[in-house]
Amino acid sequence: MKRIALLGMPNTGKSTLFNRMTGASARVGNWPGITVELLAGKILLGGDMVEIVDLPGIYDLHGFSDDEQVVRHFLHDNVPDIALVVLNATQIERQLSLLLQLKQLNLNMVVLLNMADEARKYGITIDTARMSEALGIPIFLLSAKYGTGYGEAMQAVTRALRYTTPGLAENLRDQLKPDGQIEAEMAHVLQHSVQVPARLPDNLTNQLDHLMLHPWLGLPIFFGIMYLLFQAIFLFGQPLQTGVNDLFSWLREAAITPLLASLPAVLQGLLLDGVYNGVATVAAFVPLIVLFFLFMAIVEDTGYLSRAAFLMDALMGRMGLDGRSFVMLLMGFGCNVPALMGTRVMRSRPLRLLSMLVIPFSLCSARLQVFVFITAALFSPKAAPLVLFSLYLFSFASAILTALLFKRYFPNTEPFVLELPPYRFPTLRQMVLRGWHEVSHFIHRATKFIVTGVILVWLLTHLPPSAAPASAGTLAGMIGAWLHPLFAPIGITSELTIALIFGFVAKEIVIGALAVIYGLGGQALSHTLALQLDWVQAYSFMLFTLIYTPCLATVATLRSESKRISFMLFSIGWSLALAWLASFMFYQGAKVLGY
Amino acid sequence: MHSTSLSTLHTGETATIVAIHADEALHQRLLAMGFRTGKRVELIRRARFSGPLQVRIGTTDILLRKIEAEKITVHRA
Repeated sequence: MKRIALLGMPNTGKSTLFNRMTGASARVGNWPGITVELLAGKILLGGDMVEIVDLPGIYDLHGFSDDEQVVRHFLHDNVPDIALVVLNATQIERQLSLLLQLKQLNLNMVVLLNMADEARKYGITIDTARMSEALGIPIFLLSAKYGTGYGEAMQAVTRALRYTTPGLAENLRDQLKPDGQIEAEMAHVLQHSVQVPARLPDNLTNQLDHLMLHPWLGLPIFFGIMYLLFQAIFLFGQPLQTGVNDLFSWLREAAITPLLASLPAVLQGLLLDGVYNGVATVAAFVPLIVLFFLFMAIVEDTGYLSRAAFLMDALMGRMGLDGRSFVMLLMGFGCNVPALMGTRVMRSRPLRLLSMLVIPFSLCSARLQVFVFITAALFSPKAAPLVLFSLYLFSFASAILTALLFKRYFPNTEPFVLELPPYRFPTLRQMVLRGWHEVSHFIHRATKFIVTGVILVWLLTHLPPSAAPASAGTLAGMIGAWLHPLFAPIGITSELTIALIFGFVAKEIVIGALAVIYGLGGQALSHTLALQLDWVQAYSFMLFTLIYTPCLATVATLRSESKRISFMLFSIGWSLALAWLASFMFYQGAKVLGY
Repeated sequence: MHSTSLSTLHTGETATIVAIHADEALHQRLLAMGFRTGKRVELIRRARFSGPLQVRIGTTDILLRKIEAEKITVHRA
């Protein structure tokens, strides 16, 4: 099968073109020579199936950033039949350098000057015929977003497929001419085919930025937008998540339980509470991920994410992070899983890893449920909001402390030189496709891991079969007893330790687990907790719950996004250690103070 | 006409790039962003608390930190 590689700088609409070409059929896959996964899709072009690969956006073929190396290695090990080079027509003056570098590799190329509509608005005129002649490459104007020029471009690609695929030199970098030569060539080509007005019209972007990046109003507006997004995810996400849960419970009662009725009790439990609940856990995340990336697409595709980086960088830079990490951290307060996936916008791997280490400390909506229940049970209505607020402060403090402690182990390799694209309207199609790709990625990568984890916890809390579920006689109870010397100094009882083992799966089930452990539910459980625990113990338990590993889905995402089990283990280990230390200091401190 | 660093420009001021003193990785990135000797650059705004600078070269707006801007020498227009 013939292969077409999409190449270009970031912010050229390369992914929009990719989506237009492949639709929902694209899948992530592995390629020889590189360690990252790339999105690829198969389409019918001129009667033949061809594979389209979306390569990461790069500024330069010389460079040593992760993405630049990925592109070089990909081209070397998987020579494309066509390199479809996408350039931003409004920035043709500088983007031509990448095309001239690529030209030296003697690839079979077709060039698309995207965002032709924007270029026209700026008053930029490009004579594609002359440019094409000067470079000896077919060049077309295109608006990938609106489809103008798309048909013609695809015809050219189909024609170019007939040419033979060239061979590539052993070392791509050596083949590149020095920059000086490229500069001269650029000037020559531009002089004859491109006209840019001396003064650009004062456009909407300038006016909007005047407000959005205002020295005093910029930050309040930023926090306002974040608050609205966060509320929207809550508002739409909670009912959707409940809906998915109800659907799965209904299916369980109506079909799965009767179907398994003839099996022995242990096997029934394993299949229902282990396997089935595992699948239901994965499914519950689907609406959240779709929603999150719907909003993420808005924030990112409108160009606001770069503005957030501008506003927050002074603060985040000191923590070894950048403004985009802060946006993801805030989004983590809705749900950690998509926030971790969202860090992919940051192209420097160490920066991404540090952000991923920090995000799990965001007090997500699932943890909030636990805290609301426990604060209601143990604190007066007057104290409850303060307690919750203090937990949010601890959440931020844990994140900041972690970033400060570990920033030197994750030195940022990419210079902070970001483009500030003009504000643009994202199309609905782009947003939906983004959500779809992310969900299929999550399901593909995390399901096995999550189901295995849920089964494991079920086994721990239900074996041996002679013991009552989640009681002291089960494996979990034994672990709880064994860990007692460790948990006693932080005021956490062995019953609560078992609940923490459940909490490893998901925080949503902690209250349910407590109900099983105590054999009581609702009001009765609240009363018993209030009788058995003092407020210091309860707060210590909440602190531990806040800081230790959020859930299996987060762990699975940490693994799939970092592609390193060691990083996942490090994140789990550090959060457990920090949780214990925080709870220890709080509990012992409160004891010393006489509470 | 005297040369100074890009980071010292005032908001709204325009200057011409005369030299870039950066290591290879940063230099390449700056080149690709359009920072080339002879190009005109305008300082659009600065973020608060000594945050990044927003500059404009041709049709591209770029954010860069002060520490990076100090490596770019310019001639005030």
